[in-house]
Amino acid sequence: MASGERDVSEVALKGASAPAAVSASRAAVLRRLRLTDSLFHGLTRGASLAVLALLSGVIIALIVGAAPALGTFGIGFLFDESWNPVTERFGALAPIFGTLVTSFIAMLIAVPVGLMVAFFLTELCPKVLRRPIGIAIELLAGIPSIIYGIWGLFVFAPFLQQYVQPLFIDTFENVPVLSTLFAGPPYGIGMFTAGLILAIMVLPFVTSISRDVFDAVPPVLKEAAYGVGCTTWEVFRYVVLPFTRVGVIGGFMLGLGRALGETMAVTFVIGNAHHVSASLFAPGTTISASIANEFTEAVGDLYTSSLVALGLILFFITFCVLAIARYMLMRLQRQGR
Amino acid sequence: MSMPSTQAPAVAAPVATHAKADVAKLTPKISIKNLEFFYGDSRALKGITLSLYANKATAFIGPSGCGKSTLLRILNRMYDLYPGQRATGEVMFDGDNLLRDDQDINLLRARIGMVFQKPTPFPMSIYENIAFGIRLYESLPKSELDGRVEQALRRGALWDEVKDKLGASGLSLSGGQQQRLCIARTVAVKPEVILFDEPCSALDPISTAKIEELIDELKQDYTIVIVTHNMQQAARVSDFTAFMYLGELVEFGATATLFTTPSDKRTQAYITGRFG
Repeated sequence: MASGERDVSEVALKGASAPAAVSASRAAVLRRLRLTDSLFHGLTRGASLAVLALLSGVIIALIVGAAPALGTFGIGFLFDESWNPVTERFGALAPIFGTLVTSFIAMLIAVPVGLMVAFFLTELCPKVLRRPIGIAIELLAGIPSIIYGIWGLFVFAPFLQQYVQPLFIDTFENVPVLSTLFAGPPYGIGMFTAGLILAIMVLPFVTSISRDVFDAVPPVLKEAAYGVGCTTWEVFRYVVLPFTRVGVIGGFMLGLGRALGETMAVTFVIGNAHHVSASLFAPGTTISASIANEFTEAVGDLYTSSLVALGLILFFITFCVLAIARYMLMRLQRQGR
Repeated sequence: MSMPSTQAPAVAAPVATHAKADVAKLTPKISIKNLEFFYGDSRALKGITLSLYANKATAFIGPSGCGKSTLLRILNRMYDLYPGQRATGEVMFDGDNLLRDDQDINLLRARIGMVFQKPTPFPMSIYENIAFGIRLYESLPKSELDGRVEQALRRGALWDEVKDKLGASGLSLSGGQQQRLCIARTVAVKPEVILFDEPCSALDPISTAKIEELIDELKQDYTIVIVTHNMQQAARVSDFTAFMYLGELVEFGATATLFTTPSDKRTQAYITGRFG
């Protein structure tokens, strides 16, 4: 390339003396440049198309793999709770239910806590503590999920079983809705525990994104809010949060995406039972936990196909979450924040 | 009208028209005494003593870094938001030292409103921008709240421009309109004092003229303090002017006097444009 450019300039200097030779060599250089440039164009386009091809490949593979199961069970696959390898009757209701419930618990806890931590870090925290806490939260995101899994199984679940769950069961015994939610024997493992573990895993995402967007709020806007006499809470609720909602929703969705798809830690603590139970303390399963747990023992085409169908459903749920997020962001931006 | 010689020298200048008012009749709304201010270890204000008179506009002028904005931000304790900043001395506001540790800062900031250099509409509708501050302190029925919002927007000389789009975002307004929205928002919580921190430095001349006109009207009901880089602006809108330099109050007096017959050489050098 460099020599090519030099050629052009030398040619240009001598240009007047030999016009014919000049135009010939210049044309050669230009041809070479055009060639490399079109190569570059081709590469970038190829890379982008490869992503599309991969994505559609995955979708097609999922659909083809899931076809036998969906063909056998039809739409009822979505609403059937049974999961019986012996009679080869499979339904996705329990895993879907478990996925949604654990993710819901996770977001219910992680979002408020994450927002509070982020606000504390940006607004109220003494400078000395800011960096250590920030780094600690980022480290929390770096812990491999298998570690959350064994910690959850050997430490957290027994702790919940011994202290927290009995307390909940006793406390809410006579409260109408809560007594159903917190019922049954305290197993330790179950949807409740899985939700809590997920909350811990999602927390760093929500926190670090919210912290970044809170940092971007112009100080003068916060001063103005304090200036009309707002308390810290009012500044947070009415100024910082509305100003940053687009970013906060982005963090929320990223966290939700992780919670929906998280496999290893959940498989350890959820109990892996294909049941739909009103009690959060009951063991359950999620889509990804079912697949991870059972794909090795899946004998028979229908069994394997059912697992692939679960994967397709998870793909669809995640896709919907992303689509909803996009739509909300678009609407917010149209409103001019 | 009594002879100028019987009055205090500071207001005795021959050209002083609106500043000729009896200084004896003026009541100080805020009296600052021996005020010192520190950013960490560095002293930003050195022994400031002056009075801000009720229903008058007082301008703080001086070159960048002289401490005029710092002084303004002490008056509503805005510096409290930042660790390491502290003030010593006395700032009496209606007989109450507002530097007291147990001062109710939220209430104080409602009584002493502030308009900033850049327009700072909150991320909500025009209506909500005004109603927000009112709701913090009063719970009014909808109809009454509507009235208060309209009143505030009229006060901010913005009503006619926005009355048909109160639901639109405050951020959709032009810069000058946003600044008037902020003034209306400040007025809506019924403060006693309004602080302006270079309110026009981000605005075009026409918006500036509108805001200056507005400040002149607001004087009837409020005590105004304005920090400005623009000496013509200080001369136009203020009754009293304080010239500050390197953290000290060099000269304080009636605007007309200070701009025509300054008693300090540094003031003279600054207002004639020789430095700053």
